[in-house]
Amino acid sequence: MTLKQIEGSQGVAEAVALCRPEVICAYPISPQTHIVEGLGEMVKAGQLRAEFLNVESEFAAMSVAIGSSAAGARTYTATASQGLLFMAEAVFNASGLGLPIVMTIANRAIGAPINIWNDHSDSMSLRDCGWIQLFAETNQEAIDLHIQAFKLAEELSVPVMVCMDGFILTHAYERVDVPSQEQVDAFLPSFEPRQVLDPARPVSIGAMVGPEAYTEVRVLAHAKQIQALTLIPEIAAEFKAHFGRDSGGLIQPYCCDGAHTVVIALGSVLGTIKDVVDELRAQGCALGVLGITSFRPFPLMEIRQALLGCQRVLVLEKSFAVGVGGIVATNVRMALDGTGQKVLTVVAGLGGRAITKSSLAATLVAAMNDQLEPFSFMDLQHEVVDRALGRERQIRRSGPVAESVLRDIGVVASKIS
Amino acid sequence: MSHQPVKFYQTGTFTVGNRLLDESIRSVQATKTRSNSLNSGHRACQGCGEALGARYALDAAMDVSQRQLIAANATGCLEVFSTPYPETSWQLPWIHSLFGNAAAVATGIAAALRAKGRSDVRVIAQGGDGGTTDIGFGCLSGMFERNDDVLYLCYDNEAYMNTGVQRSSATPPAVRTATTMPLGAEPGNPFGQGKFVPTIAMAHRIPYVATATVADLFDLEYKVKKAIQIRGAKYLHIFVPCPLGWGAASSDTIKLADMAKECGLFPVFEAEHGKVTGVSKIRKLIPVEDYLKLQRRYAHLFGKAPATDVISKIQARADENIRTYGLLDTDVR
Repeated sequence: MTLKQIEGSQGVAEAVALCRPEVICAYPISPQTHIVEGLGEMVKAGQLRAEFLNVESEFAAMSVAIGSSAAGARTYTATASQGLLFMAEAVFNASGLGLPIVMTIANRAIGAPINIWNDHSDSMSLRDCGWIQLFAETNQEAIDLHIQAFKLAEELSVPVMVCMDGFILTHAYERVDVPSQEQVDAFLPSFEPRQVLDPARPVSIGAMVGPEAYTEVRVLAHAKQIQALTLIPEIAAEFKAHFGRDSGGLIQPYCCDGAHTVVIALGSVLGTIKDVVDELRAQGCALGVLGITSFRPFPLMEIRQALLGCQRVLVLEKSFAVGVGGIVATNVRMALDGTGQKVLTVVAGLGGRAITKSSLAATLVAAMNDQLEPFSFMDLQHEVVDRALGRERQIRRSGPVAESVLRDIGVVASKIS
Repeated sequence: MSHQPVKFYQTGTFTVGNRLLDESIRSVQATKTRSNSLNSGHRACQGCGEALGARYALDAAMDVSQRQLIAANATGCLEVFSTPYPETSWQLPWIHSLFGNAAAVATGIAAALRAKGRSDVRVIAQGGDGGTTDIGFGCLSGMFERNDDVLYLCYDNEAYMNTGVQRSSATPPAVRTATTMPLGAEPGNPFGQGKFVPTIAMAHRIPYVATATVADLFDLEYKVKKAIQIRGAKYLHIFVPCPLGWGAASSDTIKLADMAKECGLFPVFEAEHGKVTGVSKIRKLIPVEDYLKLQRRYAHLFGKAPATDVISKIQARADENIRTYGLLDTDVR
C-alpha cells in the first residue's frame, strides 16, 4: 500500500476512474468541480477510456446519465447544491427508472442567500428521491465508498449518491490509499444491466403507470432500499477482505458501550466530535459517538441497537427542516420509537460556519447537564436575529433580509474561522 | 348507370402507399419489410398528424439503419398514447424519461453506444413542439452545439395538446388556445412572439436541419433517411396537424398540412451546416384564408365581421416566408 498526499477531489476522481466508468457527464459547480476536472484530464490524456461530456446544465448532466445508463454504460456524474436542485426532476427519474448511476455530492449550502460553503442542505433536500445516500467521514472513506457504490448500485439497479463535505473534504489534502487497478477489478465486476436499450431485444422503458400499479412500483423501490440494508454491510465486509480496511457499512459506533450520551452525526464533522468526546471521556464523561454512513436507506434497527442503554442522544446536523426542526433527528426518533430516550437536536455548520472543538465541548457538557434546549443552533448570534426581527416589526419596507443582516454584522468578506 | 370506371390508383400514381412502384422510388411504408415501429393499437385520436408523422419517420429510420435504432421520447401525446402499459406500440428500444430532456437522454444513449463501439446503432430523440421549443430547448441546444450523433424529431402541432391545448412558443399569432382565448382587444395568441426552431437549429451550424409535413410523406421519408446517415446532430421539424387542438375535421389532417405549405405559412426546406440547400416549392399558391377557415382555432377571425386586418397580418407572414425561402418558382410568380 502506497499512500499519496492528494486533494480529496483528486482522490475521488482516481477512485472513480479505477471503477472504469464508460460515460461521465460534467457540469461545473463548486465545490465539486475538481472531481470532474480530474476525470476529464485522465480521459484527455488517454489514461481513462470513457466518454466525457461537457453538458449545458446539471439537468442535462443527469439526463445524459439516464440515457447512457439505460443504454448499458456504467455512468458517473458529480454535483452540489444548486446543481442538485436544478437536476432534481431527473434525479427522481433516475431512481424511478432504476438506473444504477453513481453521483458524488460535494455537500454545499443552498441559496438564497447564495453560499458556496459546506452544509448538508443539498443532499437532505433530496433524501426521499429514491437514491441510496452514503456519507463519507474522511477522504479515504470517500474513495472507498465510490468503489463500493458502483457495486451496490449495479447489484440493486438503484442509483447511489456518495456525499462528501464540500471544501472540508473535497479540497483537503490528506494522505490516502488509492487502490490499484487490479484490486478494484477483482472487487468490482463489469456492469451487467438488468434492463438495457438494445435493438436485438427491444424494450420500452419509462411507460406511464396509473393507479392500478403505481403503488406497487413505488413499494418495489422501497423494497430495493430495504435490500440495501443487508447489502451495504455485506459489500463493506467484502471490501475489507479485498482492501484490508473498514470503510462504509450502515453505521459506525464509537465508544457507544456504556455511554450515557451519544452524539449522532454524518460526514466529516465526526472527526472533530470524536476528538472532543475523547477529551471529555478522559475527564470521566460517559460519551459515545454514532456516525451514520447510510442515510438512505435509514438503518432504524441498527441505530436502535447501537443506542441501547444510553439515556440521551444528541443529533448534530448540518441542515434542518425550516418550520419543523431536525431532519436526521426526526429519523432517529423513529428508530427510538417507544424507548423514551431523549433526543436533542443541534444544528451546526450551516453555510460553512466552523464547528469548533470548544463550541462542541460546551454543547456536549450542556446536554449532559440537561441544560440544552431540545432544538438549538450552535454558535447562533441571537442578537443579530433579534435585531432583524425587531426591524421587521418596526418598518414595513425593511429591505432585503440577508443584506441587512450582513450590514448589522459589519463584515466585508466571508471567512471561516 | 351502365359503366363506372374502376381506378387502380396504385398502378400509375406516385401515391405514398403504392406498392407497385419501382422499388427505387417506393416508400418505406409501401414495402413488405416496413418495421411498424409505432404499431397499430395505440390510443392516438382519429386523424392524428403526430402518429402519422412518427410512424413514417421511425419506419424510415429503422429501414435505413437496418433496425439498429434506439429512441428517446419526451413526455407528451406521443408518449402517452403509445405506452399505456402493459401495452406498448413501440417495436424498437424506446425510453421515456421527462418532458424537457429527450435530447439529453439521446445524447447519453449515443455516448454509451460510442463507449461500447456500437457505431452501427443510430439514435433518435422525439417530442412535440412544447417539449422541443420550450421546456426541452436547453437540452436541445446543448445536443446541437456538441454535435452529438442524434437525430431530433420535433412533431409540431403548434400547442400543448396533451395537457389540453395551451399555447407554446410554436403557436402562431391569433390562434385560440386554452391560455390564449379569443377575448379582448387582441384575441388569441399575440403577434410578435414565438420562435421558429429550425432556423435556431441552423444557427448552431449542425450538419443537417430540415422541415417536413405529413402531407408529403415521400419527402418526410427522404429527409429522415438522409439525416440518419449523417453523423452528428440533426434536426427535423415535422408539421403535424392536430384535429382536436385545431378544431379541424379528422379527415382534413393531410389537407391542412398541405395547405400550410401551399399558402407559405410553413416553409418546407432542408439546410446543411447552417445554409439552406433545398426548398419545396409551392405548387399552387393559396391565400392563408383558405387554410385558416378550416380550423376552429381561427374561428374568431371569421365571424359576422371578419377580422380582415388580422388575416392580412397572417398573410404578410406567409408572404415573408415565400420571399425568405424562395417558395415560389419565379416563372409562376
